[in-house]
Amino acid sequence: MPLVKKNDVLEWKRRTPRQTLTRFILLLVAIVAVLVSWSFISAETTWEFVKDAPRQIQDFLSRMFPPDIKYFGKILPALWDTITISVFGTGIAVVLSFFLAILAAKNTSPHPAVRLVVLTIIVASRSVNSMIWAMILVQLVGPGLFASILAIAVRSLGMVSKLFYEAIEEIDKEPIEAITATGASKLQIFVYGYLPQLLPTFIGTAVYRWENNIRESTIIGIVGGGGIGLLLNSAINLLAWNKVLSVLMSILATVVFAEYVSARVRKALS
Amino acid sequence: MIEIRDLKKKYPSGQEALKGVNLEVHNNEVIALIGPSGAGKSTLIRCINRLVEPTSGQVLIDGKDITSLNTSELRKQRKKIGMIFQEYALVDRLTVMENVLSGRLGYTGFWKSLFRKFPSEDISKAYALLERVGLSDYVDSRADQLSGGQRQRVGIARALMQDPTLLLVDEPTASLDPKTSRQVMRLIIELVQEHKLACIINIHDVILAKQFAQRIIGLQAGQVVYEGKSDDLDTNVLTKIYGEEDWNVKKKDSNSDDSEEDDAQDIFSLGEK
Repeated sequence: MPLVKKNDVLEWKRRTPRQTLTRFILLLVAIVAVLVSWSFISAETTWEFVKDAPRQIQDFLSRMFPPDIKYFGKILPALWDTITISVFGTGIAVVLSFFLAILAAKNTSPHPAVRLVVLTIIVASRSVNSMIWAMILVQLVGPGLFASILAIAVRSLGMVSKLFYEAIEEIDKEPIEAITATGASKLQIFVYGYLPQLLPTFIGTAVYRWENNIRESTIIGIVGGGGIGLLLNSAINLLAWNKVLSVLMSILATVVFAEYVSARVRKALS
Repeated sequence: MIEIRDLKKKYPSGQEALKGVNLEVHNNEVIALIGPSGAGKSTLIRCINRLVEPTSGQVLIDGKDITSLNTSELRKQRKKIGMIFQEYALVDRLTVMENVLSGRLGYTGFWKSLFRKFPSEDISKAYALLERVGLSDYVDSRADQLSGGQRQRVGIARALMQDPTLLLVDEPTASLDPKTSRQVMRLIIELVQEHKLACIINIHDVILAKQFAQRIIGLQAGQVVYEGKSDDLDTNVLTKIYGEEDWNVKKKDSNSDDSEEDDAQDIFSLGEK
């Protein structure tokens, strides 16, 4: 709120009375909306089941323990498949994204029309979940690792390209000018001006995406993509809860390991 | 020798940065471009190597019109035009040596430059230049580990690596402290004389301009409003270029018995007796 003169004394307030009133009304509307929504959620819930939940959890846990140690013999090869899926899926996505990002970034795109096409591809990839990509691709190329690798690649492509091209657009332009001024060719300008600035972001993004993909590829097997998800699915179907626990423990260990690697790489880059 | 004829630049936003500039710079001559912010100084020197495309007019370097060249001819011309920047414009994550060698990109093929296989005479030249600017101990340091003054010296070495005949210098001292500014300016001038280059320096600091340039060009709102020897630069000229301002540096010492006249000095005599 601008300064107000009151009895020859200048006063300053953050907001005008009108702004204060608007804010109060908006807050009130929000509170009412939450209360109304809650009453609907409550009406749709069978509260008897919720009350029963603690006993169910206890029952579950008692069936899970102790985990099936022998099952790890089957888990380890499946885990290897899962890691393969995540590494190759991420790898394909990163290589393709490198070129897509150059075509999509405002400052390196050859033509606005090309940019539009690439942006559409990026949005399409991002808007569909990897499980759904996997379901489609299993139909197309048959069940197995290859379908999963493609699903992970297609799904990652969008996010990785987006982060890549944003990095290209936010580049420091002065070194680019300087390299251009030496009479360098376009490719040389890219290698000397752009690439050194982009490489840390590119590698950081790739590793971060790989970490996400480890998680995604653990469940992707449920729809027939192979890997540890397949084992999880069959264990649940057999109601073999001690096997389920073994699988979950392995997934947890893998994810923690992936996060550790990813954190180390990104720390080394900075 | 460089001749600029009726050079105009209108940006897509409609802003007319240059409204018909005429200018001549001879070999072995240093001219300083001064003028208020937004006068078109940066645009003018970027039109010379076409980092900014001029709208109309001619830029003749040794009789050859830069504005009519196609891309590959332009690259050939750019090799001969060194440029030094305000924020040094080094590639931070490359080493000092790589930054200096990047001045040879116009002379080097793509694959050789990709794998950093520069000819050995380029490498000895780069080393000699780094020694000349006093950075031979920092050859393998990454560019972002250096101080401002050191970074600008790398920028200078990179520009000279090109074997230029013309040196464009854009606000070389604006990010440096007063002492480093003078050292950097002195180095640029010495190197211009050693290599017998033509040199155009954009500079805000009129005292440095007067001290180091032979000729001063005053630019205001895209037009040349003053041209003269740097010795002739005085407060009247400053008023002509920048507009009305009190250019005197007065001691604000009220206890002093001296008359006001004696205390008044213009900014050029600052530091002298």
